[in-house]
Amino acid sequence: MTAGTSTRPELGPGTGPGHGNSGRTGALWLKLLPLAPAIALLGIFLAGPIIFSVYGSFTNAALTGKNAKDPQFIGFENYADLFRDPNFPQSLWLTVLFVFASAIVGQNLLGLGTALLMNKATKAIAAVVGVCVVAAWVLPEIVAAFVAYAFFFREGTLNQLTATVGIAPVDWLFEHPMLAIILANIWRGTAFSMMVYQAALNDVPQEISESAMIDGAGGALRLWYITLPMIRRSIATNLMLITLQTLAVFTLIYVMTAGGPSRRSATLPVMAYEEAFRYSNIGYGTAIAVVMILIGAVFSVVYIRLLKEK
Amino acid sequence: MSPTPAAMPASATSSVPAPGRRPRPGLSVSSARRSASKTLANAVLILLGLCFLIPLSWLVLASLDPEAGYTTELPKTFTLDNFAAVLTPELAFVPLLNSLLLSAGAAGLTVVAAVLAAYPLSRYQLRFNKPFLYTVLFGTCLPITAIMVPVYGLFVQLNLLDSLPATTFFMAATFLPMAIWMTKNFMDSVPISLEEAAWMDGASSMKALAHVVVPLMRPGLAVVFIFVFIQAWGNFFVPFILLLSSGKQPAAVSIFRFFGQYGTVAYGQLAAFSILYSIPVILLYVLVARGIGGSFAMAGAMKG
Repeated sequence: MTAGTSTRPELGPGTGPGHGNSGRTGALWLKLLPLAPAIALLGIFLAGPIIFSVYGSFTNAALTGKNAKDPQFIGFENYADLFRDPNFPQSLWLTVLFVFASAIVGQNLLGLGTALLMNKATKAIAAVVGVCVVAAWVLPEIVAAFVAYAFFFREGTLNQLTATVGIAPVDWLFEHPMLAIILANIWRGTAFSMMVYQAALNDVPQEISESAMIDGAGGALRLWYITLPMIRRSIATNLMLITLQTLAVFTLIYVMTAGGPSRRSATLPVMAYEEAFRYSNIGYGTAIAVVMILIGAVFSVVYIRLLKEK
Repeated sequence: MSPTPAAMPASATSSVPAPGRRPRPGLSVSSARRSASKTLANAVLILLGLCFLIPLSWLVLASLDPEAGYTTELPKTFTLDNFAAVLTPELAFVPLLNSLLLSAGAAGLTVVAAVLAAYPLSRYQLRFNKPFLYTVLFGTCLPITAIMVPVYGLFVQLNLLDSLPATTFFMAATFLPMAIWMTKNFMDSVPISLEEAAWMDGASSMKALAHVVVPLMRPGLAVVFIFVFIQAWGNFFVPFILLLSSGKQPAAVSIFRFFGQYGTVAYGQLAAFSILYSIPVILLYVLVARGIGGSFAMAGAMKG
């Protein structure tokens, strides 16, 4: 933790302190100079690859062979292939299913429910349960993926539990791969929604729901007509953020099922990885990446709109 | 990381209404209903907590079990042999050191670049600020997984593949949008009057930043640093794609290789390695959540 107080610029020329000119009277470019390191980093490593990817998706770049050294411009061929490829609509559908079931329904509702219950429950219990939920979220993603793998494995914990009530073991990862990764992602990600909603519910003034209670409004009515409308901003923000996070989930799926068996859990990130690195088809993989970036961009714009409205 | 089930159902009935006070109509009915719903809420929460805890219990039990498998069971004999077995230079120390270099490097770079960038954004009213901030916010949203294929292509072109410094810079860039956003919010809460005094004394804006602003926002910067560190430490996909030789790979990737090679036999060691690798981020998370304030960090990240 050495960098907390250092302002030594690592990038960009002449941003060091003591350059004479006072910040107030300096020219515009001098005022903006401290932005240089950030803009350089973002430009080279984020904007660069995105622009590069749009170009790359129009080439036949490959990992090995002749096309690796000298990729040719092939126009829209990758995209034409993509829309002809029967695997693409399947991956797109699996991605939508994964995001909808695990984030929008699973994490969101479970997170909201947990936060609401925590407000009602005994403080100590709420705190301990909070730790359990957050623990799954704090773990590094690869560890969480191993844990989920062990849980759904044929000789794993879930079948152990179902056996105690007399249910025959199920090979979750092979027979129900989507269900397994959806449940695993709910387990892993609910903490985020829970914390967003805990913070939001803290801001709801106690008097408002109490006065409604004196008026005789029941729990469900109060929730629907008072609490939820008051935190609708947080709900919208949370939905956008978890959608974007879930769109990008790779490690959990890759470790648990590697997209299989026979592509039955190959969401777009897994498909892009497989095409680019396993079948060394960089151009084609990049075209899938561009589609993902576009989907992400649409959600980002909606999210920013929501924040701006404030 | 084993959560402490310390004070479980100790004070379940603490909100029983005090008798003898003026009974307001309807109140006693509602508080009786309230304590019933409290019991129900407690029961559901405990059940929920167990669902989240059970998968994790495998990790802890298997790491202590000399004959661990994928089933969750109490070991017949407890042992630390699994930890001893993985604590070798090539298995644990080199990857963990790489993780440290990568995460601390990325976090340090991010904080420095974010502080410098946040200064003009926070202190000057420029027409440029708003579009820049919204572009940055847009950057925080993009799925990094999606750009890994093109980033790989870029690294091949620039001959940066398998370079630890280049990977560190890339990671710093991916966390920078969020860091700029958080740092600007923290900096906005440092009053500008303090710097004006420094300007009076003839200090340049950079000097004022270094000697007046940064010391005042140390807790905020610590949050940003830890935030980036935790994410970089836990990241698997970026080093998995960009670092090829095992001597340069961080623990996230080496643990995956270990799983691929020995995972089907050495469950206990896999679990032990996973725990060793997880401990630093868990400690850092507790530090932020307890010491500096979890909701504070959240507010910094979410504020518009």
